[in-house]
Amino acid sequence: MIRVSNLVKSFGSFTAVNDISFEVPAGEIFAFLGPNGAGKTTTIKMLTTLLNPTSGSIELDGLDPLRNKNEARGRFGIVFQDPSLDGDLTARENMEIHGVLYHVPSKLRKQRTEELLKLFELWDRKDEQVKKFSGGMKRRLEIARGFLHTPRILFLDEPTLGLDPQSRNQLWTHVKRVNEAEQVTVFLTTHYMDEADRVAHRIGIIDHGKLVMQGTPAEIKEQTGSDSLEDAFLKLTGSTIRDESADPAANMRQFAKMWSGGRR
Amino acid sequence: MSAIYILWLRELKRYTRSRAQIVASLGQPLLYLLALGFGLGPVFKRAGNGSYLQFMAPGVIGMSVLFSSIFSGLGLLWDRQFGFLKETLVAPVSRIQIMIGRTLGGATVAVIQGMLVLVICLIAGFRPAHFAAIPLAFGFMVLIALLFAALGMAIGSGLQDMQGFQLIMNFLVMPIYFLSGALFPLTQQGVVMKYVTRADPLAYGIDGMRNVLGSPLAAFDPRLDLAVLVVVGCILLAFGAHRFNKIEI
Repeated sequence: MIRVSNLVKSFGSFTAVNDISFEVPAGEIFAFLGPNGAGKTTTIKMLTTLLNPTSGSIELDGLDPLRNKNEARGRFGIVFQDPSLDGDLTARENMEIHGVLYHVPSKLRKQRTEELLKLFELWDRKDEQVKKFSGGMKRRLEIARGFLHTPRILFLDEPTLGLDPQSRNQLWTHVKRVNEAEQVTVFLTTHYMDEADRVAHRIGIIDHGKLVMQGTPAEIKEQTGSDSLEDAFLKLTGSTIRDESADPAANMRQFAKMWSGGRR
Repeated sequence: MSAIYILWLRELKRYTRSRAQIVASLGQPLLYLLALGFGLGPVFKRAGNGSYLQFMAPGVIGMSVLFSSIFSGLGLLWDRQFGFLKETLVAPVSRIQIMIGRTLGGATVAVIQGMLVLVICLIAGFRPAHFAAIPLAFGFMVLIALLFAALGMAIGSGLQDMQGFQLIMNFLVMPIYFLSGALFPLTQQGVVMKYVTRADPLAYGIDGMRNVLGSPLAAFDPRLDLAVLVVVGCILLAFGAHRFNKIEI
């Protein structure tokens, strides 16, 4: 379903993703793990047509997202790591825009919007502007929106960041449900090793832009001689702390928070 | 088509929901009208050029359309930072549709803004030659709005941070405004000013409104105004679409 070969992305002299290759068969849940700045998000951006790779090739559901951008975009859904909602619109309007952009017919759009907003417990606040939502509510809305159209592949980039255990549980239950019922292939990144261990069929570990190991959670634990995935992860990637430099987007958000009294 | 419509609608909803912004954006033209209109009025009259308010009203309308439309394009910067741009860019819709939806939305908001300022001008004492001329002035507003919304989109596609925004404000938007002849007549300028002001597309938009509204001291033929706006507008729309197509996040 997803096939990546010799993918490279350089920004000037810095190589964010360095010659990685992997395959995710249809119907699998694949967790992509790595420390901050390892290249996870850059990889997802290339897979989802937001960045053009420096070299290497990608295949999504048999399509080349570099050549058939729009067709490829129709095959996947994505929940981004950073916020991507329009704060001036209401929850329902955010869902509606998404539905229209993904060509979900109007009747189905309304029905699924209601189902999903109820599932993620946002239905009572559906007509409120999103900028008034708490961080957790915004996150839930982003996730609900990602499920609005039924994609063949679902990308989840650290979807549980900032969620309480209840919402996290709700999310993974739902991910498993769509994976089993609708055979949706899931490609996710997370920093919570227990989640990856519990949900993913297979795991790839990336560090400094290189794929250092891939396999089932059991295989990875066995090969590194660890009891838990967390131990295995630390063994593979070391225990030094990585810092990402703040990007302009983060600076801007900070700036906007100051100005708007934190309403965004 | 539905993608264009929903993105157009989004711009409109955002506009109608930010009431504080509407009031604030009407404050500036009002200040120009009152401070300059009444302050410079007597000097202008003594120079034998008639009513300054009659002369500058199209300029102030042009200013608000310029600011509003170019800001809508620069709004890409905000959407980039707050992430909504990504949401539209990964959708299975061609970039050109997204660009058209946003540009039309921004231009529509700018025209509404221009009409509101026209109403304020009428209240302040501005009188067009005929009220039948207002639809023609509206047409010029549409052209100005589309042209600068497209320019804003072309610039906004490359903007990464607030510093860039300030730079564009000070070195592009303000010069476009001040050199457009919004506040002074373009009829008797020296050689340098003559050529500089002629390179400013807003000059033709404001001059076009002066022509159709019957304001004094219009500098060009209204057909020239129209032709320049249409040609430059088309070029900038194509350029904006090209730049938007190149966005990487």
